[in-house]
Parts: sequence; C-alpha cells; structure tokens
Amino acid sequence: MTDKNASTSRKYLKPPVTEVGVLGWLRENLFNNWFNSLLTILTIYSLFLVIPPLIKWAFVDSLWFSDAAACRDIDGACWSIIPANARFIFFGFFPEDQQWRPLTAMILLLALVLYSQNRRSWNKLLFPIWTAGLFVMGWLMHGGLGLPVVETAKWSGLPLTLMLSLFGMVGAYPLGVLLALGRQSRLPAIKSLCVVYIELIRGVPLISMLFMSSIMFPLFLPEGITIDKVLRAQVAIIIFTAAYIAEVVRGGLQAITKGQYEAADSLGLNYGQAMRLIILPQALKIVIPPTVGILISAFKDTSLVVIIALYDVLKTTKVTLSNPKWMGYSSEAYLFLAVLYFIFCYAMSNYSRKLEKALHTGR
Amino acid sequence: MTDTTAQKTDATIDQPIIELIGMHKWYGDFHVLSDINLKVARRERIVICGPSGSGKSTMIRCINRLEEHQRGRIIVDGIELTNDIKNIEKVRTEVGMVFQHFNLFPHLTILENLTLGPIWVRKEPKKEAEETAMMFLEKVKIAEQAKKYPGQLSGGQQQRVAIARSLCMRPNVMLFDEPTSALDPEMVKEVLDVMIDLADEGMTMLVVTHEMGFAKSVADRVMFMDEGQIVEENTPHEFFDNPQNERTKLFLSQIL
Ligand SMILES: Nc1ncnc2c1ncn2[C@@H]1O[C@H](COP(=O)(O)OP(=O)(O)OP(=O)(O)O)[C@@H](O)[C@H]1O
Ligand SMILES: [Mg+2]
Repeated sequence: MTDKNASTSRKYLKPPVTEVGVLGWLRENLFNNWFNSLLTILTIYSLFLVIPPLIKWAFVDSLWFSDAAACRDIDGACWSIIPANARFIFFGFFPEDQQWRPLTAMILLLALVLYSQNRRSWNKLLFPIWTAGLFVMGWLMHGGLGLPVVETAKWSGLPLTLMLSLFGMVGAYPLGVLLALGRQSRLPAIKSLCVVYIELIRGVPLISMLFMSSIMFPLFLPEGITIDKVLRAQVAIIIFTAAYIAEVVRGGLQAITKGQYEAADSLGLNYGQAMRLIILPQALKIVIPPTVGILISAFKDTSLVVIIALYDVLKTTKVTLSNPKWMGYSSEAYLFLAVLYFIFCYAMSNYSRKLEKALHTGR
Repeated sequence: MTDTTAQKTDATIDQPIIELIGMHKWYGDFHVLSDINLKVARRERIVICGPSGSGKSTMIRCINRLEEHQRGRIIVDGIELTNDIKNIEKVRTEVGMVFQHFNLFPHLTILENLTLGPIWVRKEPKKEAEETAMMFLEKVKIAEQAKKYPGQLSGGQQQRVAIARSLCMRPNVMLFDEPTSALDPEMVKEVLDVMIDLADEGMTMLVVTHEMGFAKSVADRVMFMDEGQIVEENTPHEFFDNPQNERTKLFLSQIL
C-alpha cells in the first residue's frame, strides 16, 4: 500500500540521450570498451575485404543462362550450371518425357503442406484429403492406370529427397510418440521393449541403418521375395528418427505435472482419453522446438541415401558436376543446393515458431 | 443403466453413500492410514482437519482411487473399489474432486475444461454439454470468462472453474482437498461462498480444510486426523467447544 502512495508522487525521467537511439545503441553494443571497439573495427575491415569481391563474383561478373563454353571466358560465377542441368538435378533418371509427373506430384505435395499449415484446416477433412493426395502422388510417380510405369529405381532428385523426408517425418512422429508412451508404461514388457528399441537405435549411426536395410535385410528374406529399395530406405529413416522423437517427447511428458494426470483421472477419463486429450497436447506443444530440430536434421540426413545408391538431389547435383562440360563449377552448384536446403529448413523452423505462438494459452 | 439405478434407489437409499471399513494404506513400509472407518450419509457435509502429514489428502484420494488402499474396503454408492478398472471409472464419474492447485487443463478454454468430461465420459452431445457448462459457470459467477484460458484467470477464479468442472459431471459426492490454501487471502471468500451454496443445495461433501469458519457454519461433522488415524469426530459445536482428545486440543490451540 505504501508503494502506491510513493509511486503517485514519483517523477518519471527520460533516460539519458546516449542510452537511446542509434548512437546509444552503437555505444552500448559496439564501442563500450577499447577491446570491443577494436573488434568492431577489425570486423568492419574484414567485411570490407570480403563482401565487394563476393558481390562482384556472384552478381557482376556472373552468367545466369548460358552454355558451358561461355562460362569459360568469365571470372565470375557460372550459375548457368543450374538452369542448364535443372532437369537432371531435379528429376534425375526419371524418363525425360515423363518428368511432368514428378513435377506435378511435388506441386501437389507442396500444396497439401501449405493447405495443412493453416490450423483451421485441421478437421475431419484433413485425413481424407491427404489420403487422396498421396494416392494421386503415388499414381503420378509410379504410373499405371494409363500412365507408363516408372520403377522406383528411377525415382531421383528432389522428389526423392522430399518424399523420403516428408514420409520419414510423418511416419516417425507417431511412432516416436508411441515409443515415448511405451517407455512410461507400467507394463514391464512394453517398457523394456521400448527402452531397448530407443537405446539400440540411438546407438547406431543412420548410415549403418541404411546399409543394413539395403544389404543385410534382403539376406533374411526368403528366396524370391524382394522389398523395394526406396521403401527399405524409407523404413530405415522412419525407425531411426522415431527413436530421437521418442526421447524428446518423453522429456515433454515429464514436464506435465502429476496434477494433470489426477485431474484427468478424477473426471473418469480412461488412459487413452487422458493421453490424447490432456497429456499429449500439452507435452507435444512443449517439445515443438526440439522436435522441429530433429525433423530438420532428418530432412538433411536424407542425403545419406547416396551410400546405398539412391540418387537424391545432392547426388544428382554431384553427377552433374562430373560431366566434363560442367566440371569446376562446384561452388555454384553447392551454393545452390545450400540455398535449396535452407529454404526448406527455414520454412520448417519458421512454421514451428508460428505454431508455438498460436498454441500459446497464457501462463 | 436404468435397472441398476432402480435397484439402487430401492435398496441403498438409506445406506451410506461412502463407506470405509477397516481401511489401511501403506507407502512402501510407511503405514500412512491405519484402520480408517468412516460412513458418510447422503447430503452429509464433513470437514476433515489435522496436522500436515496426518494423511488427510491420502484418505480422500483413496475414495476416488487416486491412491490405492491395501487392506479393508471402500464402497462408494454401492460400488466397491477393487482393481476392476470399470468400477474405478464408474466411481470417478460419481465423485467430483477439487484440488489444492486447481489442476485446470491449461491448453483448453474454460468452457472446454468444463465440457471435456461430459462429452467424453458421459457421452453428452456437445451442445448440451456446453449449455450445462454455462449454467454451472453462471452459478460460480464466472460465465463471462468462458472463452478465456485458465492461465488468464486469478487463483480464486480458477478454483471456482475447477468446482464447476466437477459439477458438470453431475457427481453425487464432492471431495475437496484444501481448496483454498493455495489462494491469496482476498480470494478465499469467493471460493468458500461457492462451496457454501453447494452445501445448501444438499451436495454430499468431504472437505479437507483449515478454514474453521467454514467448518463451523457448514459441517455436519468435523473430523480430526493425526498420524493416519481418525482421532476424534463430532458435531462442529462439540468439536470446537469441547474437544476430548489431547491432540485435538493442541491442534485447535495452534490454529484458532
Ligand atoms: N507418494 C507418496 N509416497 C510416499 N509417501 C507419501 C506419498 N504421499 C504422501 N506421503 C506421506 O504420507 C503422509 C500423509 O500425506 P498426506 O498428503 O495425506 O498428508 P496431509 O494430511 O494431506 O498433509 P498436508 O496438510 O500437508 O496436505 C505424509 O507423511 C507424506 O509424507
Ligand atoms: Mg494434503
């Protein structure tokens, strides 16, 4: 109460000029002592050395749409490598006259993702829409029903990357959640099964999982039965990612207080309802940031499928670079790939931040 | 459904709604509750008090099986609590519970907090559940907050929502575990007022509380627990003016 009286008679002064505005900020952050001032000056000097030549290389002296021969005569970047080889980089060995199919499939996939990012479309329609979308995509990629069949060995480039990552995430997430719940189970059999799974998978690098899926796994299959290589890689990615998701989700579950379980119990909700309606929505929300971290690294890790001779977008780019005509432009090609990967990863992390904000309910 | 209720009204109307017979509970080796015998009649209001750690919470939590007892029997509205999960869920829908720390669901709006149980457990249509919920929010004088989230409400408001949430399940018994002890003093009254209204309507209530004013004006019986036993029980008048047990006297001298 005394505080209140004091505050009415208190005068509010403006902070000193040096504390605010551009000058204040510069002083506060860049020149607040001699050492920081020195660092600032050094940094500005090195930026001055690096940036102008870089701009010159990338934009001034560069070529964007030309043939390989024209590139030999310039000092700058030869971005032409990308448009000139776009078909192969994006679609790899998919038959040229059929490449509209993976293109359409990718556009459809992006449209579906864009559609479902809006929380208002998370309703009963979402599942049938995705099922229909997946069916159409599968038809476009594989063929049949009037389209020539393209076997999965020819699926390559960006569609392969996107497919492996998207289905990797979509498959791994629920599996990871189930594993996390299983690890908390009171039934010892389920609990130890989940612990063994999680610890085993986390103790093994993805590369070896991919090797196992492509080399060892077929040895165990009976004669005459083969399972598609892309599918095997896909399953390996799902199994691998799920173990990491499980541990992150377990962290989220531990953050939920006992009171929430008790409140759910005392309303008479059964285990499934309590988990689905009360515990998981809260736990999964808490772990959005680390989950997205895992999904992003899973996305990037799909590039490891090269070691089992699948041609993802990284590998098709490398193949392009081994073409004598285009040899020597690897900086341009890899920069392009970096930008491509960055766009997808940034979109994911940006979306996760938005989602987190939208789901925030105070407290 | 109908045949069991019919049976119940005939045979059990005069029977206690809650009956604890020779009930014991251990946490590991620790004997928390020993030989608890308690009969609660319909519409009866019981206040339970006692020092910290005496087992008050544990006892009322056994009644809706948030804790498991190891010996003796607990019968709620004719249903005996055993390991049978169906019985446990049935008892839980008949018994409402209000916690010290409210335990509202922070990711749901107030209205959703209230309708969740009715929709999923009682299988009420959403619209009906929402109407009931608004009625109870009205009753705890907080209807205008229906669209907000628990985190946006004060402690007293949250506790009133928690009471309304229990009432939406149409319980026959309400358990309160120190409903006002996590509240700032100025909010205690608004919650007690709601509880008094509830008592006036004839709700069977078991209340663990140290609000002795509430005990005096509302309770039919006051119980004193210590070291896992019900040491003394009496009408509020006798209990406060003429305590028999030394430990009760000591306790009352400390808190009054
Ligand atoms: N999960 C548990 N495991 C082991 N011991 C427990 C557990 N819960 C409670 N206890 C012990 O059981 C005893 C009774 O606890 P209880 O919470 O019922 O007391 P209380 O009378 O409600 O006390 P308070 O007034 O502090 O709430 C205490 O000694 C407590 O330490
Ligand atoms: Mg207690």
